[in-house]
Amino acid sequence: MNGDERQLAEGEDEMTDPIHSTRQAPAGAGDGTPGAPILEAREVSKYFGSVIALKDVSLTVTPGEVTCVLGDNGAGKSTLIKILSGVHAHDEGELLLDGDPCRFGSPREAREAAIATVYQDLATIPLMAIWRNFFLGAEPTKGTGPLRRLEIPEAKRIVREEMSKMGIDVRDPDQTVGTLSGGERQVLAISRAIYFGARVLILDEPTSALGVKQSGIVLRYVVQARDRGVAVVFISHNPHHAHPVGDRFVILNRGRLVGSWTKAEITRDQLARQMAGGAELEDLTEEIEAAIPPSPGERGATGKEA
Amino acid sequence: MSDAAAAAPAGGPPGEHVVDERVSEIGLVVRLLRRPELGALLAAFAVGLFFALTTDKFGTLDGAANWTDVASTIGIVAAAVALLMIGGEFDLSAGVMTGTTGLLMGLLATELGFNIWLAILCTFAFAAAVGLINGLMVVRTGLPSFIVTLGTFFVLQGVNLGVTKAITGQVRVGGLSEASGFESAQDIFGGTFWSPYDFRVSVLWWIAVTALGAWVLARTRVGNWITAAGGDAGAARAVGVPVARVKVGLFVGTALAAALVGVIVSLRLSSALASQGVGLEFFYIIAAVVGGCLLTGGFGSVIGASAGALILGMAFIGIPFEGWDTDWRFLFYGATLLLAVLFNTAIRQRAEGAR
Repeated sequence: MNGDERQLAEGEDEMTDPIHSTRQAPAGAGDGTPGAPILEAREVSKYFGSVIALKDVSLTVTPGEVTCVLGDNGAGKSTLIKILSGVHAHDEGELLLDGDPCRFGSPREAREAAIATVYQDLATIPLMAIWRNFFLGAEPTKGTGPLRRLEIPEAKRIVREEMSKMGIDVRDPDQTVGTLSGGERQVLAISRAIYFGARVLILDEPTSALGVKQSGIVLRYVVQARDRGVAVVFISHNPHHAHPVGDRFVILNRGRLVGSWTKAEITRDQLARQMAGGAELEDLTEEIEAAIPPSPGERGATGKEA
Repeated sequence: MSDAAAAAPAGGPPGEHVVDERVSEIGLVVRLLRRPELGALLAAFAVGLFFALTTDKFGTLDGAANWTDVASTIGIVAAAVALLMIGGEFDLSAGVMTGTTGLLMGLLATELGFNIWLAILCTFAFAAAVGLINGLMVVRTGLPSFIVTLGTFFVLQGVNLGVTKAITGQVRVGGLSEASGFESAQDIFGGTFWSPYDFRVSVLWWIAVTALGAWVLARTRVGNWITAAGGDAGAARAVGVPVARVKVGLFVGTALAAALVGVIVSLRLSSALASQGVGLEFFYIIAAVVGGCLLTGGFGSVIGASAGALILGMAFIGIPFEGWDTDWRFLFYGATLLLAVLFNTAIRQRAEGAR
């Protein structure tokens, strides 16, 4: 189907600490002179009735880079990715695909442009077998006409192979996805998207429902996808997850662009501060510190009195 | 199934031997427990064995011709209803549809003088149209199919009685046997085979519909989409499954299966009653649920639904064979349903790994 996935096996060795690994950047990435963007939004706006969901937001999505979209709840992250993935059409501004203006009429059109979206809660179907989930919507078949049927052994083989490239050992592709952990499910959805040739991979809060270890699993595969030359859009409200894997950071607040930075321009703490609205966070910290006595050991006992 | 082939991926990636070794750990028992129809098949066997041992006639071929007949007319629709339920929807109009289609075929043949084959063709077209309407209403409005098809159910019941009375002046359509082509149609739909036991042809239709449904569900893309549409319609849509079309298709399929039974029953009796089919929808649902279908969709089995229909058919015949009052049938059906649901829930939790 596509030759790219063969490269993945080589990437496995440096998985030990992928999140903080210094990566071998694909051509020109990360130093402010990136390669040609696949997808670019220019001052895009979206209105729902009288509600301004998104106003003049710009971002570029480049192969071999992770573009992080950060923001609190209601910041417009979901609206932005829904525009990128064809769920909503934008009302103002421009969307460029490979430099040409475009407008997706449906998620299918975006998918045909090799833009794959993995939704946090819509990634997989728990009661279906792993292999059925993997190929859902793009099942391999043999035969023609009414005798067209699934190529089951082949499908199972591919799933086992693809998942093992991601470092997950699928014992039995017939087991239901419900038996996998939350992180593994996200990885299944990611490896599926990459297998089917995604050039742009949009991940909608892939770690927000996961524990620390599971988040680590997912972040590792975000890095792997990037190293295979996929352009990743990583939506998160957690700067601690976004900063280690991201190459560019876009922060939204209440539908507007707060700013965009490359990794060299911003530290994790600055990122967290920007997300929380800088001064706002300082005020909040002062408030909390004033309310709670500084000694951490006695916090539980004295907290109530204070 | 094909695990032997799957366990040894030809030319698999180097350094992944661990995967292959661990596959063999999944035993036959686990794989069996994962099958949704397991409970229904075991129960069908137990019920059949019970009646065969405690009555004289049940275990004979004569007896079998009786209970397979009852099971077949339930099972044909139950197989389609199972697919619909796996697809996450309900059809309460399926029972009364068997009556509507029988009446329609009868009226076309007797009142309008249609050749019976033409009448059958028109009947199937009508059923497909009703299924289409059911499906489109559910898909377009997003209303629960329970409510939409409850509406269709009562509309059809009213039409059955009203139209039949208005045209014939009574509540039945008779005299189908005088229509042209009746003989050949009866052979195909309402006849018998394997004399002297005289099994009903409907049994062959039942087996064919079940086999087709099971094959579609397990082996085709559409089957994958049906399970996905019922399991999580949003996730299915997100990966490009045409959920709406799948669901509409399932409603059409259910209506066509009901029409097949309507045609079979009317040709067999050479008449149709306006009250035919009312209440049967619950039997289809019981059969499907006993067969392992989840009410919430996304999980189930066509073979299981047919095994469920077999249980209902065996009890229907077995209880009078025992000399018991036939009213006890209802108690049996209810108890079977409850036991099956409890059993299937336990099985499914095991299959899911119960996290």
